Amino acid sequence: MDATPLTADVAPVGATSVIMLRGRIDREGEAALSGAYSEAARLAAPVIELDFGAVDYINSTGIALIVSLLADARRDRREVRARGLSEHYREIFRITRLSDYITLLDEPAVATAGEGGRR
Amino acid sequence: MTFMGTLRRTVRLRQRPLPRGTLVPAPPSGSAAPADERVATSGFEISPNDPLSAYLQAAPGVVDVDRLDLASAALSELRGAGVKVVVPLVTQGELIGALYLGPRLSDQDYSTDDRRLLATLAAQAAPAIRVAQLVEEQAAEVAARERIEQELRVATLIQQQFLPRVLPDLPNWQVAAYYGPARAVGGDFYDFIELPDGRIGIVVGDVTDKGVPAALVMARTHSILRGEAPRLISPGQVLERANELLVDEMPERMFVTCLYVVLEPSTGRVVYANAGHNLPYVRTADDRVIELRATGMPLGLLPGMRYEECEATIAPGENVLLYSDGMVEAHSPQGEMYGFPRLRSALEGRLAGSELIDGLLDGLHGFVGRAWEQEDDITMVTIRRSPAAAMPNVDAPGDEPGGRILLELSLPGAIGNERVAMDRVAEAVAGIGLDPARLEQLRTAVSETAMNAIEYGSASSPDVPVEIVVRLAGRDLVVSITDRALGGRIHETEEPDLDAKLAGLQKPRGWGLFLIRHMVDDVAVTSDDDSQTVTLTIHLEDALDGRDTAHG
Repeated sequence: MDATPLTADVAPVGATSVIMLRGRIDREGEAALSGAYSEAARLAAPVIELDFGAVDYINSTGIALIVSLLADARRDRREVRARGLSEHYREIFRITRLSDYITLLDEPAVATAGEGGRR
Repeated sequence: MTFMGTLRRTVRLRQRPLPRGTLVPAPPSGSAAPADERVATSGFEISPNDPLSAYLQAAPGVVDVDRLDLASAALSELRGAGVKVVVPLVTQGELIGALYLGPRLSDQDYSTDDRRLLATLAAQAAPAIRVAQLVEEQAAEVAARERIEQELRVATLIQQQFLPRVLPDLPNWQVAAYYGPARAVGGDFYDFIELPDGRIGIVVGDVTDKGVPAALVMARTHSILRGEAPRLISPGQVLERANELLVDEMPERMFVTCLYVVLEPSTGRVVYANAGHNLPYVRTADDRVIELRATGMPLGLLPGMRYEECEATIAPGENVLLYSDGMVEAHSPQGEMYGFPRLRSALEGRLAGSELIDGLLDGLHGFVGRAWEQEDDITMVTIRRSPAAAMPNVDAPGDEPGGRILLELSLPGAIGNERVAMDRVAEAVAGIGLDPARLEQLRTAVSETAMNAIEYGSASSPDVPVEIVVRLAGRDLVVSITDRALGGRIHETEEPDLDAKLAGLQKPRGWGLFLIRHMVDDVAVTSDDDSQTVTLTIHLEDALDGRDTAHG
């Protein structure tokens, strides 16, 4: 896997600012993530939704960046939600307790090729 | 006239739809025989196709046999027996029986009063008799149902008596089995037979027919296989012997299909023979599904049968499914059969053991729908050779001290190479069948450890390498990451606390060691004068894909 540096695009969807994240979230992603939050804040949406569906790598520095964003959002009284996390990163959100403060919106993808229906 | 005497015991009722009565033969004139001896006890039956049946159905009252002009076999029989009058028992337009009367004891004709009385009696008796018939019929149905239920209970008891209570515990093998009886209880069975030298015989069979007969044949087959398998070993010979013993005692139109596999757990070698049973499937490690082919006639059909004996080797990670036809012959509500292709494709994927069986049953239930009444027994036995079987123990010949080396890597201490380390380690362990979730955890742990080594140990200098070694040590996967400790030793940092970080009481960073500890089973740090090594350990017993836990 050759993950690309993070890009973050902001799009307003109703009362939510969706931050579409792509690539890897590590120390190189700091500017993209903080810039995206500033843009979302400018839109004054009460909810920030982080879309991780196109993120393939998050390291501990990336976790720290998300913690910083969450701290900013709480300071600004904005709710933060997350979508598209793989089960592995959902686990990391649970371990770090980020999931106590960030609502995880969707269930993890469980489909395994040929697995067939589960009861 | 002893009218009542003549009438006594004259009504004998049977089940619908045939009109029946009791034939009362006329006593010979002047007979001195006691009255009881002059009363027949056998029933008389009129065929529904006989014209007499239709005549009696429509007759207004008492019928004089001698005055009838019908081409009727029943009428001839009545006349031959001396019957003089017949009183049809009709209720709600249905002929439910008849009274047959011989000549009066006085030999006089039945009078008009007699006939009126008989007609009145018949009109009143018929509904009551019909009620009695219905009660009798219902009681007979209940009794029949109870007999069937009792037979099913007996068949189930026999069946379950011969199924293994415990599955074999084979190192590096995952064994699971399922037996789901149909309501009518077929003759499915499976068995595991301990053989000399650690081998194990695996049997799956199916007796044609259902109920107690099938269960008894199953029990007999089970006993023969149990008796002969340890003595003969060879699957072909075991089936030949079983056939010879069964062929003389097999009930008509019954036979047994049976697959017999001898497994050598230490090598994965299987030798098998097949008596007309479904071919087992093997799901290979690269997710193909193939058949284990062998041919032979079912047991108990013909004497002198020979059974082809075949061999195969079940490689680490491969999965074998033995099954009865109750699975593939199940039907959807539209009448479509589940079939072999569906079963084959349902086998593809990662499931094994009892999870595989649950998955197959889920797929089947989705196909047949909720209202499905199981048509036949369903039996499945699955054995999977663990990927761990491919791994040597620490003392295996030819291994390096400390375990088998999977990767030795030296990377420049440059930021970004932590991801290279992560990917290279993941590639190195790809063949050992690590559970995908554990692999992701290993990737994160390696990435974080390598990043620490690069940032602190190598001071982010590309000229200062970071060394990585991946090895299998016994049942452990061990990753060692060594740096030059230029930035000092790793030391216990403050435990990251998200609440404190959000409150500004801790810096946002500081998650690295915390994550590493949560991703692997053990983290050890060792150092000497000019290096520091972080060793990550994953215990493979709990970390392999489809790990060997559940039995059945």
